[in-house]
Amino acid sequence: MTTDARNQYEGLPGDFAIWIFILAEMLAFGVLFVAYAFARAHDVALFNASQETLNRTFGAINTMVLITSSYFVVRAVNAIKCDLSRDCAWWLGMAWLLGAVFISIKCVEFYDKFSAGITLSTNSFYMFYLALTFFHFMHVLMGMIILAVVIVKARRGGYSSRDHTGVETAASFWHMVDLLWIILFPLIYVIR
Amino acid sequence: MQYKSQAVAKPYFIAAIGLFVGQILFGLIMGLQYVMGDFLFPAIPFNIARMVHTNLLIVWLLFGFMGAAYYLIPEETENELYSPKLAIITFWIFLIAGALTIVGYLLVPYARLAEFTGNNILATMGREFLEQPLVTKIGIVIVALSFLFNICMTLLKGRKTSISLVLVLGLLGLAVFFLFSFYNPSNLVLDKYYWWWVVHLWVEGVWELILGAILAFVLIKVTGVDREVIEKWLYVIVTMTLITGIIGTGHHYYWIGTPEYWQWWGSVFSALEPIPFFMMTIFAFNMVNRRRREHPNKAAVLWALGTGVLAFLGAGVWGFLHTLAPVNYYTHGTQMTASHGHLAFYGAYVCVVITMISYAMPILRGRAANSNTAQVVEMWSFWLMSVSIVFITLFLTAAGIVQVWLQRYSDTPMAFMAVQDKAAIFYWMREGAGVIFLIGLVTYIASFFIKGETKAAA
Repeated sequence: MTTDARNQYEGLPGDFAIWIFILAEMLAFGVLFVAYAFARAHDVALFNASQETLNRTFGAINTMVLITSSYFVVRAVNAIKCDLSRDCAWWLGMAWLLGAVFISIKCVEFYDKFSAGITLSTNSFYMFYLALTFFHFMHVLMGMIILAVVIVKARRGGYSSRDHTGVETAASFWHMVDLLWIILFPLIYVIR
Repeated sequence: MQYKSQAVAKPYFIAAIGLFVGQILFGLIMGLQYVMGDFLFPAIPFNIARMVHTNLLIVWLLFGFMGAAYYLIPEETENELYSPKLAIITFWIFLIAGALTIVGYLLVPYARLAEFTGNNILATMGREFLEQPLVTKIGIVIVALSFLFNICMTLLKGRKTSISLVLVLGLLGLAVFFLFSFYNPSNLVLDKYYWWWVVHLWVEGVWELILGAILAFVLIKVTGVDREVIEKWLYVIVTMTLITGIIGTGHHYYWIGTPEYWQWWGSVFSALEPIPFFMMTIFAFNMVNRRRREHPNKAAVLWALGTGVLAFLGAGVWGFLHTLAPVNYYTHGTQMTASHGHLAFYGAYVCVVITMISYAMPILRGRAANSNTAQVVEMWSFWLMSVSIVFITLFLTAAGIVQVWLQRYSDTPMAFMAVQDKAAIFYWMREGAGVIFLIGLVTYIASFFIKGETKAAA
C-alpha cells in the first residue's frame, strides 16, 4: 500500500482492508451469537443440561492462553516500533506457540465430544457449540498462518519502526480472534 | 483499442446479444403459456420453452464473460493475447455446439435426444439448468479449458493486477464447479446437494468475482479513479462474497433431506449475502462521484451504475425476502423464487455484461464512444429494459404472495392449478412487461446501427 492510500485511513493500525474484514467477521459471528440466544430462549432446559457436559476448566485455560498470546502480540508491535526485529519475531513466536496450545486443548475437547457420539445433529445446543467453536478454531488456524508469515519476514528484517504495517495487520487479526473467544467462552460455556 | 488481439471479443459480444434475443423470445412464449396453456402446443411444450429460455441465458452470459475476459486481459496484462486464433476457434466450437443443442431441444423429444447423445453411458441429463446432453457438457469443458489456457498464458507473461487475478479466479471456479454437473448420484438428496454446487456456487459465488472484476475494470476506465482505491474495494467485496456465499449455499438445503443445522447456517450466512451487493452499489456510485475525468461514453457509466443498483435489489433485497428458513418454509418453489431469479440475473449479470459491451464495443469499432444520438437511444433501452424487468419482478412477487397465501398459508389450502388461475391477472401483466422488455432489447440493438458524429478514436 502506498503512503497516499495509507494516510487516508490514518488512525487504524495495519492495512485498512483488514478492518473491513474484521468488521465482516464480527458481523457474521454477531449474527450467530444472536441466533444462539434465540435458540436457547426456546429451550432453556435442554441448553442448560447440555452445557453441563462441557469442560469449563479447558475453556477457562484456553481463555487465559489467548489473552496472554494477545499480550505477546502487543509486545511484538512495541518491539518493531523500536526497530527490534528479532524481539518482534520472538514475541510473535511465543504468541504462535500459545495458539498451538489453544488448538491442542480444543482438539482434546472435540475428541471428547465426538467419541461420546455427539454430532451437529444431536441437539440445537451441540450444533451451536460445535459450529461456533469450529468456526473460531479455523480462525485461530488462519491467525497462526498469518503470524507465521509475519514471523518469517520479521526474522529477515523485513519490518522497521517506519514500516511495520504487516505486523500491525497480523496483530489486529489476532486480537479479533481473541476477542471472539472472550465472548464465545462465557456465552456458551458459562452463562446459564 | 490498445492491443490488436482484443478484437476477438467482438464476435463473442455479437453472439451474446443474438442469443439474448432468443432467450427473450422464448421467455415471451412461456410467459404466454402460463395463461394460455396450449399456445404453440405440441410444437413447443412449456418444459422445452423453459429449458431453452434458461439455457440460452446461461450460454449468452458465458459468451459475454469470455468476450469481456478477452477484451480485459490484454489491457490489464499489457500484452497481446496468447493466441487470438485459438480464441476464434473456441468461439465457433462453442457457438455451433450451443446452437445444435438448442435445435436438438426443439426438434427431438428430450428422451430421444438423451438416447442419441450417450446419456446411457453417463447419465447427466434431466436436471434443471443442467439439461445439456453429455456431448455438449464435454464440449463446454473443452471450450472452458482452452479459454482458460489462453487467458492464463496471457496473464503469466504479462503484468498481474488484482482485477485480472480476481477475474481468473472467478473463471477457474466457474470451470471447476461445472464439473459437478457430471456427478449424478442416484440418491436424490445427494443429487440435489451437489447440483447446487454448480448452480449456487456459480451465481452466488464465483460469478460474483467475475462481476466484481469486470465492474472494477470499467470503473477504472470511465472514472479515472486510482487503481489502488478501486482494487482495495474489489478485494473487500470479493472477501465478503466468499464469506457469505459459500456457507450461504445452506439456504438451498432447508427441505431436501439434509441435516437440520443447515436451516441455521443457511439463514445466517445468506442473510449476510446482500452486504457485498450493497458494497458494490456504494462502490460504483462513489467511484463515479470521485471521477477525475468526463468519459465520453455516458451510456457505459449508466449501465455500470445500473448494475450496482439492480444487482443489490434483485440479488440482495429480493433474495433476502425469502432466504430465512421460517419464511422459505412457505415461499419455497413459488413465484417468489422466479421473481428473485429474474431481477437478480438481470441486475447482476445481464447488466454487467452489457456494461462491458457498452464500454468496449465502440472502441472495438474504432471510436472512444458512440455518437450522442446512439447513446441516447442506448440509454432509452437501458430504462425500457430495467423498468420492465422491475415490473416483471413485482408482478411475479404479487403472484408469489397469492400463491403462498392461498396454497400454503391458508387453513383451507387450494390446489396448485386452482391457485394458478387466481394469479392469472399477474401473469398477464408480467407478459405485458415482457413485451416492453423486448422493445427495449430491440432499441438496444438499434443503437448499434445509429450513425452520427463520433468522438475521436480511443
